[in-house]
Amino acid sequence: MRVSLFFSVLSVLLLFLFMGSLVYGAVSIPPESVLRILLGKEPERMSWQHIILQSRLPQAVTALLAGASLAVSGLLLQTLFRNPLAGPSILGISDGANLGVAVVMLSFGGSLGRLADLPVSGYPAIILAAFAGACTILSIILYFSSKVRNNVMLLIIGIMIGYLASSVISILNLYAAVDKVHSYVMWGLGSFSGVSLAQLPLFAVCTLTGLLPAVLLIKPLNALLLGEIYAANLGVRIRPTRMFILLCTGLLTAITTAFCGPVAFIGLAVPHIARLLLGSSNHKMLLPFTLLAGSCTALLCNILMVIPGTNIILPLNAVTPLIGAPVIIYVILNRKNIQYFN
Amino acid sequence: MKRPVIQTSGLCIGYAGKGRKPQIVHKDLNLELFPAEVTCLLGLNGMGKSTLLRTLCGFQSPIAGEILLNDKPLKTYSQAELSLVVGVVLTEKTNVGGITVYELVSLGRHPHSGFFGRLKKQDRRVIEQSLQAAGILHKANYYVSELSDGERQKAMIAKTLSQECPIILLDEPTAFLDITGRMETMILLRKLAREQQKAILLSTHDMDQAIRMGDCLWLLGNDRPVVYGTPEDLILNNTFESFFGKDNMVFDPFSGRLNVKTTLPPIGLDGDPFTSGWVGNALIRNGRQPSPGIRRPHIHCIHRHQMVLTLPDGTQKTTASIKELLGEMNENKLISGDDKARSEEWS
Repeated sequence: MRVSLFFSVLSVLLLFLFMGSLVYGAVSIPPESVLRILLGKEPERMSWQHIILQSRLPQAVTALLAGASLAVSGLLLQTLFRNPLAGPSILGISDGANLGVAVVMLSFGGSLGRLADLPVSGYPAIILAAFAGACTILSIILYFSSKVRNNVMLLIIGIMIGYLASSVISILNLYAAVDKVHSYVMWGLGSFSGVSLAQLPLFAVCTLTGLLPAVLLIKPLNALLLGEIYAANLGVRIRPTRMFILLCTGLLTAITTAFCGPVAFIGLAVPHIARLLLGSSNHKMLLPFTLLAGSCTALLCNILMVIPGTNIILPLNAVTPLIGAPVIIYVILNRKNIQYFN
Repeated sequence: MKRPVIQTSGLCIGYAGKGRKPQIVHKDLNLELFPAEVTCLLGLNGMGKSTLLRTLCGFQSPIAGEILLNDKPLKTYSQAELSLVVGVVLTEKTNVGGITVYELVSLGRHPHSGFFGRLKKQDRRVIEQSLQAAGILHKANYYVSELSDGERQKAMIAKTLSQECPIILLDEPTAFLDITGRMETMILLRKLAREQQKAILLSTHDMDQAIRMGDCLWLLGNDRPVVYGTPEDLILNNTFESFFGKDNMVFDPFSGRLNVKTTLPPIGLDGDPFTSGWVGNALIRNGRQPSPGIRRPHIHCIHRHQMVLTLPDGTQKTTASIKELLGEMNENKLISGDDKARSEEWS
């Protein structure tokens, strides 16, 4: 009963936030007009139609999908490593994406529209680079995951690889031109506005390819709550399962980072928010709940990025910690209430 | 004659390193585990108790030898098949605070349920029976983190019950439990063995508990073949003494406990059996073995509150408590830590 109530509340909230993202922005457009435009009717001003359909709608859908991806990968990693501080950014996967982008941007200057001398336009180049970087790190992690039995050791290896990637990025930064560094830093601030309406289907398909297998993992994930030995005793084949979880999270993180930049905190914080609200670690409820909560959080961040009454839009990564950090602190202070982890 | 559910022949356990020489923990293990019995695996640390358990439930492959589970070689079992035959309980406190006891026990249905782990009516019935059998039904809707350590182990045992496997292996299940928690767990395991014909194997450090509650003991020692049998038989044939006797301790076959090895000459003790039993306990702790045949020094227990101590010179002291008795003995240098006094008495 309580669970279905939570789900309905969250679904309504999601709808509300999604509409909010369309209505609220730097340019104020009355809600009736937004509705008219969405229903395909003639808008009062053509520029409004452009803003809604070309900018706000893809941005809202992107936030919805990216939030869900990050939150779900965070949950999968936290359960796999039985560690409350695991998250997509901790395994080095997003650092790998960063590194890929840094190589392209800093050596060739691949930012939006800035790239005249490359055959592919700047944006696909960045996406490909991020994806390649993330996949490289992911395959390294997967290689180690078949070597190292202990999950904590694997986590440490992931963190170390992340550091390695960061240090290469610093070196690249040192030797790159100032304008290139600037555009790289801008990318690194994260944004949901990077996916155009034309790219949206691709992004959606990729995201759903990562999210659907996660649903298939619910049963082994619940067994993994007891730790690897108990899970194995319940018939879970540990290594293939671990591979599968890593592949899923790798895919989700790579896609999101490629399109939205490195988005901090959502992957780490949202699973905790979901657990606290739901009061359960049972993935049958927790996984869909985390997915919804991730979307809600991302949409909320997307709305909070716009400072009311101004044209100023805050960087995404400046907003996410505002929501994420207090949650993490709350979790640490309240660990004793329900011990979700060791 | 009952058929054993686990049979090992020439089993050699340990860690096979890549390219390195395998590290053998124990070899030539020929063991049998029977249904409807509680078998306790006793051995000091490093003797390979956990390694043996891990090998028997298939987490670790043996270096050599064969394990038969229900007359079928262990290595021919798939992981899914194995999960229907062997259930495990580990010593660590399971920290899965975010699920209820019911959810925890329902995890035991994993080997039986389908891809998404949906619970059918039959599964729910088994879960409820398991909760009931483990005596944890009244806490079914509590979070696991709300349970005491003993209740947590009961919940884990209920999980193996809902797994419906004939063999349950427990790695030091009572190590972190308080004394009543230990006893309750053992009573529960005995009940399950008797009522549900489970073959139960648990490793433990608690010799007293193993002797009292085990139908069968497996003793793992250093550089010697494993010994198994009924606990009382192993005491009667002096196996315990040879396994656990050390320089400064000795296995007392009468009480079934390890005692301090006495360094002083024995002292006479007789009288009321109950009182003299506990006076003997105090004497051994203080380094003197009681012995009925000695006249001086000598203690005669009349009843709980009256003990007569006869000193070597023949004088008698009447005491009303063991504390008083020990004080008197100490004063007369019968039990002091003073080595000089002891050697004087010896000479």
